[in-house]
Amino acid sequence: MIRVTTDMAVLRLAAALVLAPLLFGVIARTQALFAGRKGPPLLQMYFDIAKLMRKGAAISRTTTWVFRLGPIVGLACVATGCLLLPFAGFPALVSFPGDFVVLTALLALMRFVTVSAALDTGSSFEGMGASRDVQFSALAEPALLVSFAVLARQTSALSMSDMFGQVSAIFWHQAAPSFILVLAALFIVFLAENARIPFDDPNTHLELTMVHEVMVLDHGGPDLGFILYGSALKMWILGALIVNIVIPIHAVSAWPDIFLFIMGMLLLAVAVGVVESVMARLRLLQVPQLLVGAVGLAILALMLMLGA
Amino acid sequence: MMTLFIASVSLLLATGFAALFSRKGSLIAVAGCVIAGLMGLIPVLASLLTSAAFTLRTGWDVPFGAFSLEIDPLSAFFLLPVFLLSPMAALYGQSYLKGQGGHVKSWFFWNSLVASMAVLVAARNAVLFLVAWEIMSLCSFFLVVCEHRHAESRRAGWIYLVSMHLGTAFIVALFLLLGNSAQSFDFSEFPQAGIVSSPAATLLFFLSVVGFGTKAGFVPLHVWLPEAHPAAPSHVSALMSGVMIKMGIYGLVRTLTFFSTYPFSWAAVLIAVGALSGILGVLFAIAQHDVKRLLAYHSVENIGIITLGLGIGLLGTSLQLPFVAVIGFAGGLLHVLNHAVFKSLLFLGAGAVAVRAGTRDMDQLGGLLKRMPRTGVTFFIGAAAIAGVPPLNGFVSELLIFYAGFDSIVQGSVPVVAATVAAVAALGLIGGLAVACFTKVFGIVFLGEPRSPAAEQAHEADALMTGPMLVLASLCGLIAFTSPLILGVFNGILPGLTHLSEAACSFRLDRAAHTLEGFLVAAAAVLVVTAVLVWVRRRLLSGRPQTVVVTWDCGYVTPSARMQYTSSSFAQPLVDLFAHVLRTHTHLEAPAGHFPAIASIRTHTADIFRRLLFDPLFAAVQRALIAGHFLQHGRVHLYVLYIALTLLILFAVKLQ
Repeated sequence: MIRVTTDMAVLRLAAALVLAPLLFGVIARTQALFAGRKGPPLLQMYFDIAKLMRKGAAISRTTTWVFRLGPIVGLACVATGCLLLPFAGFPALVSFPGDFVVLTALLALMRFVTVSAALDTGSSFEGMGASRDVQFSALAEPALLVSFAVLARQTSALSMSDMFGQVSAIFWHQAAPSFILVLAALFIVFLAENARIPFDDPNTHLELTMVHEVMVLDHGGPDLGFILYGSALKMWILGALIVNIVIPIHAVSAWPDIFLFIMGMLLLAVAVGVVESVMARLRLLQVPQLLVGAVGLAILALMLMLGA
Repeated sequence: MMTLFIASVSLLLATGFAALFSRKGSLIAVAGCVIAGLMGLIPVLASLLTSAAFTLRTGWDVPFGAFSLEIDPLSAFFLLPVFLLSPMAALYGQSYLKGQGGHVKSWFFWNSLVASMAVLVAARNAVLFLVAWEIMSLCSFFLVVCEHRHAESRRAGWIYLVSMHLGTAFIVALFLLLGNSAQSFDFSEFPQAGIVSSPAATLLFFLSVVGFGTKAGFVPLHVWLPEAHPAAPSHVSALMSGVMIKMGIYGLVRTLTFFSTYPFSWAAVLIAVGALSGILGVLFAIAQHDVKRLLAYHSVENIGIITLGLGIGLLGTSLQLPFVAVIGFAGGLLHVLNHAVFKSLLFLGAGAVAVRAGTRDMDQLGGLLKRMPRTGVTFFIGAAAIAGVPPLNGFVSELLIFYAGFDSIVQGSVPVVAATVAAVAALGLIGGLAVACFTKVFGIVFLGEPRSPAAEQAHEADALMTGPMLVLASLCGLIAFTSPLILGVFNGILPGLTHLSEAACSFRLDRAAHTLEGFLVAAAAVLVVTAVLVWVRRRLLSGRPQTVVVTWDCGYVTPSARMQYTSSSFAQPLVDLFAHVLRTHTHLEAPAGHFPAIASIRTHTADIFRRLLFDPLFAAVQRALIAGHFLQHGRVHLYVLYIALTLLILFAVKLQ
């Protein structure tokens, strides 16, 4: 029952692997637009990664192999996640019932190694970021799983490819309120897991206020490049879950679908940019409340669906 | 096959006795334990691989008793950890106790404990079962109080002994009721007892949940775990937490096979108990500073996960959702084996740390990965496995439970969906919190800089201690990567629980095996990409400058190890978030005045169930009993009068 779909496999994988860093460029441009600045080039993230790959490394003497393993395993997790991810109406390259649980667990493994690598430096700043990160993610995980429960119930499917393959205009017509609530929950999880405002400010310059950025403070060179690329892929994966639901119409031919999907991803990045421009970040004490709210939204969505 | 089993148990008992009388006793006993384990594994594996049952039945001069033993696949599955882990923990313990004064006589209790667990799981007569149960409880009590010179150990032993016997009372009541309706104390007669009336059956179910739950550590009956585990020597904790508490799960599962139908309410109870144990177990674990106390609370959490699996299985059976039933039970039972492996590993690792660094207080440790590399690597694997992250075994059983849960969400009616969504959300939260908890343990204990001179001078444990840990760590990976094959052993176990035919079970297990294969594809992909990236990194960095620097300290001139984040600070956001449940006490000496000198903060998270439920309860019982104190005055002639009066009354009653 493992389904391996290889049509245009290279193209579909390449789309994720190549386009993911572009999302950061779009977000930065949107913010710049709001602020009336010109902003960095759209391809800035690619330049950053390329530059880091050409550098040497400065490694703290406190650290062990755990510190070096963190970025590598983290990137391996999200790269594997791309294999499991359905794309633009195509099934995923590898698809099986319960694959979304494996995807969630891969994100958990990424967090496990990233947090361990942060603690390996013995730095209080990184400990602080790690401690906040595990707190937020512990609450985001149930929200993600209950959202998948809503999708599974509505589509009677247990693999992501079947779920998203069946989300169509008819489903939207039947259960629009539930879907909107699930989208809201997923968007909150998306912002929290990718360390965006209102949960975390990727542009802050004070170590004490950072969450994700501070965990990778001591990484440099290729390690930091792996981390940046890994976070881009993570954003692509969680974003694709949302876009796969929002764009239910599948045209007859593949190319319009792919175009539509990529446009959807870029629009999502614009939405993140808008949120970051109009909102301040939340006080740390309020972050858990928002995440618990996301669980609540997903449960409400399920109740609406059962009631209908 | 049963000859091998009996020989194995006899060898355990004989070498155990030798430990009482010989000065080389510990060597004899450990050798006996290892050989007995290997012998015992043969019938166990034979039964698991062929789904066969081996029986042995002889008379026994005990009223209602019969020496009736059977190794069916369900028993064999629970015997597997007994025979697999006890030799490894024994080898470790031999070396561990050498530094603690020997405790040669403790090996008598060790071997008897292992033998009693083996007999318990194979027993098919209630009297034999209870005798083995009692021997198990007593032997483990003596092992807990091994270091009886410490008042803490004696207190922990006392709490353990009392809670075990309270639990046993419920089990005795359970078997008396079952035996009364079946007119026999043989397990084979119980299913024929015809207990169909729902209130009677529900009473039996309640008795077994409370009785066996005390041993397993269901919240709120778990209060003995966080006391007994830190007090006991580490190999004893490993055996108790890895193997012995599973005897409670075995008892519960075996009791379930006595019933032909399960009401929905039982499933709801198990799911609620599992969710509560899981979430509260991990929350209390996060708040602890003592690494063994933390691991003890994690046993409560994992028992919760096992119970969630069993609850979902029960739900599927009661509502005729065969896939949910089969995979729920399979996931719960597989987690029994997985938890046995990684929890023993973690306790052995924690013991090695406690011996080499002289403390179990995480806030005094740090930087041990460089000083104890083998212990560190194996602990890392164990921590990742228990946190339920791929590609290790802890995730496999959770994946099965999730799969069953999501299947029931797709198929079920409204109450079923409500129950399983609660289970799924709870399992998700438990998983997230477990990652928080075990990054904390591993990060604070093994990474960073040492926080005390003792930790700074720690060095690697000897080969007898690290060897078993290496074996257990490789088992964590092996179980995960052979999981689709391992599912096959449930073919023989599940028909009795799910009331489905073996073919029907095997059909569903095959379906689940596909998901596990999918998981293995993903796990293999992670490993391959990791290997590629390691190579890429090495290629990129070759010939480039790699400097060794200090950790970024914000420009501060003299950073010290005391400035690092501690386990308390790491846990603080979560502890604050759940402050209403945890009720952590904070003793704060705030800095005062214009030139503040010394300030301190200490936190302590006591068990709320002990403080708010059991302590007041036992105080009330004590007050009530003191009222009857006047009967007990020490005058023997009046005691004789009591006896005479009792006999007279009994005589009068009988005459009527």
